[in-house]
Amino acid sequence: MSVLVGAQTRVLVQGLGREGAFHTARMIEYGTKVVGASKPGKGGTTQDGISLFDTVAQAVESTGANTSIIFVPASGAPDAILEALDAKIGVIVAITEGIAVHEMLTVASMLERSMSVLIGPNCPGLISPGTAKVGIMPAENFSTGPVGFVSRSGTLTYEIADLLTKAGLGQTTCIGIGGDPIIGLPTPDAVRYLNEDPDTEVIVIVGEIGGSAEERAAEYMRAHGTKPAVAFIAGRSAPPGKRMGHAGAIVSGNSGTAASKVAAFEAAGIPVATAPSEIPGLVKKALAGRT
Amino acid sequence: MKLHEFQAKQVLARAGIAIPEGRTAATPEEAEAVATALGLPVVVKAQVHVGGRGKAGGVKLAKTAAEAKAHATAILGMDIKGLTVRTVYVERAAKIAKELYLGITIDRDKRRAVVMLSTVGGMDIEEVAESQPERIARAWPEPLLGLRGYAARALCFEAGVPEVQREAVAAMAQKLYDVFRSTDAMTIEINPLFIQEDGSVVAGDAKLEVDDNALYRQPELAAYKEIAPDEVQEERAKALGFSYVQLDGTVGIIGNGAGLVMSTLDAVKNAGGSSANFLDVGGGAKESVVKAALEIVLANPKVKAVFINIFGGITRGDEVAKGILAVLKDTKPKVPLVIRLSGTEAEAGRTLLEGAPLVSRATMDEAATEAVRLAT
Repeated sequence: MSVLVGAQTRVLVQGLGREGAFHTARMIEYGTKVVGASKPGKGGTTQDGISLFDTVAQAVESTGANTSIIFVPASGAPDAILEALDAKIGVIVAITEGIAVHEMLTVASMLERSMSVLIGPNCPGLISPGTAKVGIMPAENFSTGPVGFVSRSGTLTYEIADLLTKAGLGQTTCIGIGGDPIIGLPTPDAVRYLNEDPDTEVIVIVGEIGGSAEERAAEYMRAHGTKPAVAFIAGRSAPPGKRMGHAGAIVSGNSGTAASKVAAFEAAGIPVATAPSEIPGLVKKALAGRT
Repeated sequence: MKLHEFQAKQVLARAGIAIPEGRTAATPEEAEAVATALGLPVVVKAQVHVGGRGKAGGVKLAKTAAEAKAHATAILGMDIKGLTVRTVYVERAAKIAKELYLGITIDRDKRRAVVMLSTVGGMDIEEVAESQPERIARAWPEPLLGLRGYAARALCFEAGVPEVQREAVAAMAQKLYDVFRSTDAMTIEINPLFIQEDGSVVAGDAKLEVDDNALYRQPELAAYKEIAPDEVQEERAKALGFSYVQLDGTVGIIGNGAGLVMSTLDAVKNAGGSSANFLDVGGGAKESVVKAALEIVLANPKVKAVFINIFGGITRGDEVAKGILAVLKDTKPKVPLVIRLSGTEAEAGRTLLEGAPLVSRATMDEAATEAVRLAT
């Protein structure tokens, strides 16, 4: 079992350019059902064996796509997300980095009126090992198992998935939620999916400096957690006022500090690893400690 | 991207927000002439991209044109938090009866803009939020509706704006919200917002910070971009396609992915060292990007060792190795290099690097320990 994406997933690609085509091929190799791509003006033709449609709505009608992945450049990506929302696609994954914050305010407002879930933007996507990969992560680092995994980072997710996999700890679903200040599925909401998933036995929460999503996730787990969790916060040594690569990774004044996030998890009884290498050990301990 | 006060005030004035009359001056003589032309008294204000100008002596009241010239002489060339003042803004002094605060920023948790109004004006709003949180009224406008009249009035009632000024302040809040949206602002602030002796309201100061990711559609504001001396390397890195932040430790860092690089800095700290920089080569970095990244890190005289931490995904270990070898071919670095290559094509990368003058370690923790040892 898995959350958000799995065997039922039928993917539409928005933005089948060079990068989009490369990752689409990798998704198909993995076994993900890619049912089409939208490319205005090319409807009715194919590219690399993938059926093309002029609009997302047409693609949904013809293919029954229920998930989309967006590779459209930053200036056009908000429009692509809104088009997917308008076509009532259930799970929308926006890989694009560098979308303007004000565009995301508008997107978030429309998202709240919809039944859809948006993952990203500025994210690696998500993977339910063995059934579906809707993203750009290297698949070989992931394996099937009981760990639900949510992360604001890309490469760090691969690193930690690799550590988990090598320790024999496979995953139900790994959700890369994205490094922007305004995202579709913030940490607490992603954690809620994993908490409610019957097959997820333990949750790994990887956060970073900036914002207070980790504090809210800790509060959610304290109040509603049905399973153990382990956390890691990147950027403990980052200076305030500096944006550390991700648009959302910034300590402003007293808010968004690693110390506040670590304290929130510890107060919720969630152990916090000081290095990624400690995570598998803490996960094993959490699994062993269940009653 | 930050704007200067005079630039932000021009943006506000165009939106119909009252500002005191003022002009910029680059020399004391110009400041004197502007003061004479505007009428006295005037305020002479340093134009630099940092807060706390007043405390640093960069804002002074002048009752005569000669005094304006003297203040400009003192302020021009002044160093405020590492930035040199090149321009002053000379402005008619307002007749202040009361100071308010009006500002808008992004509330990440609510995924909305938050409009803040307070009758505690002229202070850092974060300090007010800490010491007297009940004195700040807030509203979170729905982006598709904007800040409507009723919501702006409600803010004024909640903040306790005097009845006489209520409509004017509410109108100013609505106009400021429109500017916030139309300029792709991350933060916009009128602090203080003056209520003058005659009852009129005017923007005493203006702060406007624009989203860097929106500059492509804000060409007029993008033209105001200035690069501070300590941002030169960061801007150069951005132009080359990677992200760089200068820090003050001794271990130079190169990695791929923002989260992994942040964790690398933490690993260096865990090992008892400190990092000289944050450098993320991004996804899928080619040989040329890795080469440029290593050159930037090695150019920092504080660097005593370099730690290259790559977890290959889209980024390939062999491309990273080629980039490193391209640097080593031209120059022999004066400091030791430590590398940890894992993931896609890591084996191929390690083979390429065999015989090269660098230390290879299998894990991030081991490599961090080694880099810190070599840097001390």
